[in-house]
Amino acid sequence: MTTIGNFMAGDHRACDDLFADAEAAAARGDWRDAEARCGAFARAMERHFSWEEETLFPAFEEATGMTEGPTVMMRMEHAEMRELMAAMQAAAKARAADDYLGAGETLVVLMQQHNMKEEQILYPLMDRRLGGEADALLARLASTA
Amino acid sequence: MAQAGLSYDQAPPLAVPLRFFATAPLFLLAAAVVVGIRGEELFASRLSPAALAATHLVTLGFMAMTMLGAMSQILPVLAGAPLPRPRLVATVAHLGLTFGTAALAGGFLVGSPRLLGSAVVLLAAGFGVFLIAVAIGLARAPTRNPTNIGLALAAVGLAITVVLGLELGVMHGFGIAAASPAVRDLHPGWGLLGWTGLLVAVVGFHVVPMFQMTPDYPPSMRRGLAPAVFGLMMVWSFVRWRDPSAAWPAWIIAAAGAVYLAFAVWTLRLQARRRRARADATLVLWRFGMGCAIAALAGWMARDAMPAADALEVAVGVLAIFGFAVSVIAGMLHKIVPFLAWFHLRGLVAKGRRVPHMGMLLPDAPQRRYAHAQMAATVALVAAVFAPAQVAPIAALLVALAAALLARNVLTVLRAFREARIATQDAPASAPQR
Repeated sequence: MTTIGNFMAGDHRACDDLFADAEAAAARGDWRDAEARCGAFARAMERHFSWEEETLFPAFEEATGMTEGPTVMMRMEHAEMRELMAAMQAAAKARAADDYLGAGETLVVLMQQHNMKEEQILYPLMDRRLGGEADALLARLASTA
Repeated sequence: MAQAGLSYDQAPPLAVPLRFFATAPLFLLAAAVVVGIRGEELFASRLSPAALAATHLVTLGFMAMTMLGAMSQILPVLAGAPLPRPRLVATVAHLGLTFGTAALAGGFLVGSPRLLGSAVVLLAAGFGVFLIAVAIGLARAPTRNPTNIGLALAAVGLAITVVLGLELGVMHGFGIAAASPAVRDLHPGWGLLGWTGLLVAVVGFHVVPMFQMTPDYPPSMRRGLAPAVFGLMMVWSFVRWRDPSAAWPAWIIAAAGAVYLAFAVWTLRLQARRRRARADATLVLWRFGMGCAIAALAGWMARDAMPAADALEVAVGVLAIFGFAVSVIAGMLHKIVPFLAWFHLRGLVAKGRRVPHMGMLLPDAPQRRYAHAQMAATVALVAAVFAPAQVAPIAALLVALAAALLARNVLTVLRAFREARIATQDAPASAPQR
């Protein structure tokens, strides 16, 4: 059975792969490719954020009553990641390698510790509290994929 | 939000971990001085006063210093277990560790029981307060998982190391004999395998896949390593304590060593399969550190079969402490310090304003310079074991160079942080709304 944790962690890995492809292109100076791949990465991240912000977080908040809890923090970190992705896309457009790689490095650390908090703490809580609805929720995510 | 300012996450204020990270390189510098002035004595035996002084300047002043700072950050982020009263705990632990380490090293160097006695008191207070805070934080953690359990076992490993060390300190400082002669082996054994190795492995399970985007470690290793090592260490200690002359317990601790060998080899394999193409200073330092760990474990397991067992024992210590632990920890610092500076700036700066990213806070080139100095210093230290009169002065200079470059890298980030913070305060933008 697929759990929310497994499904969302799998999507984290898929986003990681897209990030690594874009960074490799930027590191070898292939900026047309880097720009395209960075765009694909940003779109995949945006899809993941919207799954959480529009479906999973509200369901969790409703089930637990924790509207001031971990989801607030996660939403704030999403906003920060969006800013860093915007900086990376601007740097790719400007062909600014140091800025691209520096912003990317920052995003990696922020994103990975964010993912870890979700995978270690939030998703297990969701699976425990939303267990019965998990299949329906995941079906809703798949329909917006 | 219930809490304003920097504590909007569970992460502690920047000053909590940073004081540890900024102090640590100075103790490496002090260790370099000891290598420079007492090199020949130091490399002759691991129990010479100069060797004890230099070892503790590195293990307490650098390793424990950075690892306590890292734990104050890791516990909330990895385990959802923030320390209670983080500022107070950090202040007591940092002062106790700083002055306790200085007193201990000074006590060994000049042979002063009074200095050693005060070191015992200071270190007991610093570690005691920190470990109680860790226990409270972990007891309140919302979930139980292999990370929490691993961190808890590492903390117990630290507690055992400290208690055994205090017992030795009481012996040196107050002339009270240790309860078992085995303590001399149990103390470094727990320090390296039961505390440092465990913390590096438990953190490594996360940060190696995280920073380089490698495949994950096998679940059996993630779940099993900490309990297996800890269990073996407990059995080993019990048997050694009861019968210090028995030879067979060496097989128990060799098994713990074999677990770490598997971890180090696996880490190198994962890093070879990383998704990120760039080889940054952190990756270089981790690979070098894992290579040193493998060499140290191999040398240690072979030591009885080798001639010049004393020299080999010192070389193993150099590889494990300086080559493995210092390299790996410093590699982590080059990620943690710029990231924390960025993270806290992000909390201070008004929305929509530009925050300098990690590459602007600490560029690649100085990170690489440090990595090269660290590797050269390790090679020189190992060579100095076998030719102390000729090589010890060179090793001392290279360790000092590495320490200075590391200190400069930490200070570079702090300066950039301060400038960016001042720039935001001067700006007319409204107060940050988090």
